[in-house]
Amino acid sequence: MAVAVRIPTILRTYTGGEAEVRVEPAEPTLSGTLSALEAAYPGLSARVLDEAGALRRFVNVYVDDEDVRFEAGLATPTPAGAQVSIIPAVAGG
Amino acid sequence: MTAVHDPALDFGPATHLTCRACGERYPLGAAYACMECFGPLEVGYELHPPSREEIAAGPPSIWRYAALLPVPADIAELSGLHPGFTQLVRADNLARELGMRRLWIKDDTGNPTHSFKDRVVAVALSAARQLGLRTLSCASTGNLANAVAAAAARAGMDHVVVIPSDLEAGKVITTAVYGGSLIAVEGTYDDVNRLCSELIGDPLTASWGFVNVNLRPYYAEGSKSLGYEVAEQLGWRLPQQVVIPVASGSLLTKVDKAFRELGTLGLVEPTPYRVFGAQATGCSPVAQAFRAGIEVVRPVKPRTIAKSLAIGNPADGPYALDVARRTGGAIADVSDEAIVDAIRLLARTEGIFAETAGGVTVATLRLLLDSGALDPDAETVVYNTGDGLKTLDAVAGVVGPTATIAPSLTEFRAALGA
Repeated sequence: MAVAVRIPTILRTYTGGEAEVRVEPAEPTLSGTLSALEAAYPGLSARVLDEAGALRRFVNVYVDDEDVRFEAGLATPTPAGAQVSIIPAVAGG
Repeated sequence: MTAVHDPALDFGPATHLTCRACGERYPLGAAYACMECFGPLEVGYELHPPSREEIAAGPPSIWRYAALLPVPADIAELSGLHPGFTQLVRADNLARELGMRRLWIKDDTGNPTHSFKDRVVAVALSAARQLGLRTLSCASTGNLANAVAAAAARAGMDHVVVIPSDLEAGKVITTAVYGGSLIAVEGTYDDVNRLCSELIGDPLTASWGFVNVNLRPYYAEGSKSLGYEVAEQLGWRLPQQVVIPVASGSLLTKVDKAFRELGTLGLVEPTPYRVFGAQATGCSPVAQAFRAGIEVVRPVKPRTIAKSLAIGNPADGPYALDVARRTGGAIADVSDEAIVDAIRLLARTEGIFAETAGGVTVATLRLLLDSGALDPDAETVVYNTGDGLKTLDAVAGVVGPTATIAPSLTEFRAALGA
């Protein structure tokens, strides 16, 4: 039940430069996926989550192209084959 | 990370990047998110403020404020569109109609590609040059697409512009005409923005400058010129109220930053001012957060004719909220019908044809006057950031010939009721 996670440039120091990694979360949710990421790449989840364990204000996380804030946040399901993307928030115009 | 300034780079008075959320410092470069907390990076300076006279002696463009921007001192001599120093129009007719004492329109349709985006792109292009990036790119709702394509063409750079496929024809054509690659993505602006963010770090884009992604700290600073110009054009003083359209929230926060800088640098008296933000109801995440009294901006799926403001996930939304609350302003939203009415009102009273974003701003002005949030007696500046010729569809159904006649004197008289 591997989940693919796209890693933004600023976090690739944790993944040895890898832009995409695969993890096997014990629990099929975004929260579980982040725990699996932390186990494989120690320190990474603290970049994505704040001290209270919530998603940081300026990080956007997508599961299968949907912003998790439109879904269930950290409880958003990440079934086998899911694609998770972690992206810094940017403005536009 | 220690911020070390590379002497080979000429960013004028800029010395480093700093995280707006946690304060971490980084060297000047093509970076936009804090490695510690993902917070947005902002340009840090050692400013040697120019005098009013030195500014006034400068070129009639944003480069008169080069000493306050992350650009080389000789930027006005390099090839570029040299935008800015657009008219500040005293809007007495509109003021009378709305029962206001003194109202101005900062009319940024006068820029080379007819929107304020020429300002931000000019600063981003300078950063791209300094950093040796050869392709200029952006995620755009249209106006930025125009500005990037035209500026890259003038500077002799390659460009790749990415837009949502449902943009107004007027904005697609006015981008495509400048050549280069124009990629229309089947999705919303937020999808486009996300795609461009994911392209950062891909080998394909190693020498690309996405003006509103990896060059965003520089790009955003260009909006400060809209604050500087208004103050200078008012005779070096700050207005009491400003109304500014909100998409990402960047423009609003930068106008506020400019006003504060001018006060700190002694170029104006630091008089109080109130900042009001304007959104379309169909994409109003910042206005909703303002009303709810919360700091978190919940993203929305946009559905409005004001496509240039249709950013459902506004990165600077929290900062725009901070500015409105700190200054005693507000952020409000208006319906698509009110936007169209306001476009016509501004055109009819002041001879200015605004795009939908300008309609949003004027409609919000009217709404906030009606609600009592805006003081009709306080000097007010409204920002019109784009040209109605790019969004003709918004009014095509409600304006047209008042009569169609045969070429006869009789019919002409009849048509005018004479």
